[in-house]
Amino acid sequence: MSIKDHGLLINYDFCTGCHSCEVACKKEHDLPEGQWGIRVLQDGPREKEDGTWEYTYMPLPTTLCDLCEARVEEGRLPTCVHHCQARVMQFGPYEELARELSNMPRTVIYAVK
Amino acid sequence: MAFERNPDLYRKDWRWQEGDLTVTRTCHWSAPGCHDSCGVLLYTDKDDKLVKIEGDPNQTYNNGTLCMRCLNMLEAVDHPDRLKYPMKRAGERGEDKWERISWEEALDIIEENVRRIQKEYGPESIVGMMGTGRNCNWAVPLITYAGFGSPNFALGFLSGDSCMLPRAAIGAAVMGDLPIIDAAQFWPERYDHEGWKRPDYVFIVGNNPLKSNGDGFLGHWIVEMMKMGTKLIVSDPQLTWLAAKAEIWLQGRPGTDGALALAMIHVIIEEDLYDHQFVDEWCYGFDKLAECVKEWTPERAEEITWIPADKIRRAARLFASGNPSSLQWGVAVDMNVGGIPQAHAWIAMNAICGNIEKPGGNLIARDAYGMVLSYPYGYDKYVSPEMQALRIGLDFSPLHRFAAGAATAHGDSILQCIETGKPYPIKMIWFQSTNPIANMAGEAPRVYDAINKMDFVVVVDVFKTPTAVAFADLVLPAAMSCERNSIRGWWTPTRAITKVSSYYEAKSDEEIVVAVCSRLNPENFKPRTDLELLEEAVENGIDNPPFTYAELTKMVDSWPERPYGMHELGLLRSDGQPGFNTPTGKIELYSIVLEALGDPPLPYYEEPRESPQSTPELAEEYPLVLTTGHRSYEFFHSEHRQQPTMREFHPWPLVEMHPDTARKYGVADGDWVWIENTRGRCRQVVHETPTMDPRVINAEHGWWFPEQGAEEPSLFGVFDSNINNLTNQCVTGATGYGAPYKSQLCKIYKCTDENSDVMPSKQVTELGGFKYDRIQYSDDAVHDNTNEEVLGGRKYVY
Ligand code: SF4
Ligand code: SF4
Ligand code: SF4
Repeated sequence: MSIKDHGLLINYDFCTGCHSCEVACKKEHDLPEGQWGIRVLQDGPREKEDGTWEYTYMPLPTTLCDLCEARVEEGRLPTCVHHCQARVMQFGPYEELARELSNMPRTVIYAVK
Repeated sequence: MAFERNPDLYRKDWRWQEGDLTVTRTCHWSAPGCHDSCGVLLYTDKDDKLVKIEGDPNQTYNNGTLCMRCLNMLEAVDHPDRLKYPMKRAGERGEDKWERISWEEALDIIEENVRRIQKEYGPESIVGMMGTGRNCNWAVPLITYAGFGSPNFALGFLSGDSCMLPRAAIGAAVMGDLPIIDAAQFWPERYDHEGWKRPDYVFIVGNNPLKSNGDGFLGHWIVEMMKMGTKLIVSDPQLTWLAAKAEIWLQGRPGTDGALALAMIHVIIEEDLYDHQFVDEWCYGFDKLAECVKEWTPERAEEITWIPADKIRRAARLFASGNPSSLQWGVAVDMNVGGIPQAHAWIAMNAICGNIEKPGGNLIARDAYGMVLSYPYGYDKYVSPEMQALRIGLDFSPLHRFAAGAATAHGDSILQCIETGKPYPIKMIWFQSTNPIANMAGEAPRVYDAINKMDFVVVVDVFKTPTAVAFADLVLPAAMSCERNSIRGWWTPTRAITKVSSYYEAKSDEEIVVAVCSRLNPENFKPRTDLELLEEAVENGIDNPPFTYAELTKMVDSWPERPYGMHELGLLRSDGQPGFNTPTGKIELYSIVLEALGDPPLPYYEEPRESPQSTPELAEEYPLVLTTGHRSYEFFHSEHRQQPTMREFHPWPLVEMHPDTARKYGVADGDWVWIENTRGRCRQVVHETPTMDPRVINAEHGWWFPEQGAEEPSLFGVFDSNINNLTNQCVTGATGYGAPYKSQLCKIYKCTDENSDVMPSKQVTELGGFKYDRIQYSDDAVHDNTNEEVLGGRKYVY
């Protein structure tokens, strides 16, 4: 298995912005204040013309993200994936993740490495 | 191939070795606290030091996930400010001068004071207090009952007992139990449980479950159900993320959900959307309920709630159309004077729609194996009937007598008892895991004055809190969750909490119970170690738990059988007959119990005592509706403020308001602003957001600043941003339950050098507090302008 073939899938439709991925990553990589391996970006809340709301969180791995390579080698999931409270993150080979997309709208796959 | 975890790293054993590290599979509760107990893997090194925490993927309660508070556990456990040793006060109260002492010496001081007060005033003059429900739910009651021999255990002066207890009390009265939403959390296989189905609609009222995780319910389970197709209806004065995802968001005026409930029932009955079969078989008093909601048209409710009538109609129709729907309610239901009748209305709405005890509906929640490790624990065993009769607040809140889970003394009445010395004096308070001048008590400056009157104050906590500095004669260091052997009995499953590390001389709540009770009551109180106490607790389980505590540790958790339709199977009543545990055996839309207690037997709406509608003149000076008490992911009430990671995410107390509101009052995002009403003021940082109604602002609670000075007047700045400078005590519902934390009036103005000369901390600790008349329960106060007809002539008197 090469970590280069693996990516992160995030179904941002259900990301609640709970910060668990951010904190898990900070702790695993011992990142100091102000540094992040993943950031949860936010769009909205904004009222749309039809009266419904746009309110989306979008987790973005930073250049510090190493896909938790050391964990993965041991047989652990990346810690953000492991702890994500809404269970919207997946880790795996691209082809597999890509198959998930067809029935999972509002989902991205990040190629990190 | 899909990525598979290495099963050797995630075993189902309770403990194993991984290289130099020992892994213990257990559950977390508190401290630091929350209402849940997620499965965790605790990694300790050869010196028994906690070095890492992960969520346990084999614990299906949380499926390996953790929130940021558990993920940041090491920052809590290793924090340099933690209390390490018992200390006695060496200077005046508030001077922050301490002398380290031994536990033996601390117990000597406790014994001397308790014996003296018992002798001079009686055991009832000693009060034991904890904060919101955490892992001292049974420890503090037990110390109060078995150690002090007092019936007066209370929740940190919480006004109107308004956190879950109103819902628990009315639930006990009208259906014998408390219903909670079925997210398949009663079975280890969770969503695969045979028969479980996801609800069509979840109606969320009075909480943001993702952040609050109230009532032993992990909020993110709702997201799991949304992924399966569950739709939401959300009533919230603010657009939460869940509200943005909802089919309908009902943006009401804080404190008016009771009117919304009556109007929704009106629609459901008028349009014949209710479940006739369930109503005929299992509800009592339907005709009377129908009669009482007749006038509650959505148009009438719109005037009160500000929610458009057509939205109320649509919400009612959608909710009634679900098969099933379920109700996710929260603390905001409790936190208004009409908390009890509002909760009654929601139960009635849910019942007539037939959602009770159905898969995916609302299920009756009981502690697994009848292990009720909470407020009543030890009450009947250690407190004599004569002493029980002296429990404070019983005489004017008989509902407190009725509900077993509500075995609390009444916080407002204790406060008034301290202030007036009637019906008897209070001389000592034992605070364990509560910080009432930061939050939980309303009217913090008033509570500050009251506590200062005590002869003797003990504070047991993990950090030196403002409460400890201001009042404690003795401070005792408590252990955190990973440092204690304990048990989670609240709902399901029963979970073991296993000690993996130690911290200086900190003792677990269980060890403190044993130390104090075996010193003060050695004849009757038998356990001599924490493990003996825990074995006894398991033995006390009414439904014969099939394990000992030692076995549970190795099982990690245990899930009792739990069929659907418990009322049909005769599993709810002590006589073994089918039905609910009420006088009629049915869910009482018209309550026989309330009627007998002299309380209104049907749901009704009570307007907040202070609002643009009930006090329009006051609203001229204080035009904004103030709500408070909402949660954030970073903090649990007043906890976690000393953790740098939490403050990185959330550095300051935020008051949320619509951009139009900010503009109107000349403030902008990031400005410090004074929030003021007749009782006092505090300052917070403006956060502009279009999610608020421009007439409402939403301020945070629980703030203190551990980085600031301890000694008075500072007290870690606890009064400076304290929204409880503006809330009330002794303004509660007809039953004594429910207080208006969620609905006050206020004004705001920008902080300047000139108007910030005297900070609230100085005002409270040195200048005698803010000047206003503090409301007392009496014949002529509180009720003279409100709703005499619905109060059934009840008077607040001692
Ligand atoms: S994969 Fe690892 S390094 Fe990358 S964002 Fe997630 S936790 Fe951080
Ligand atoms: S942990 Fe999951 S739900 Fe929470 S912010 Fe990150 S991606 Fe979103
Ligand atoms: S809800 Fe959060 S703080 Fe509470 S036990 Fe679970 S992970 Fe820990």
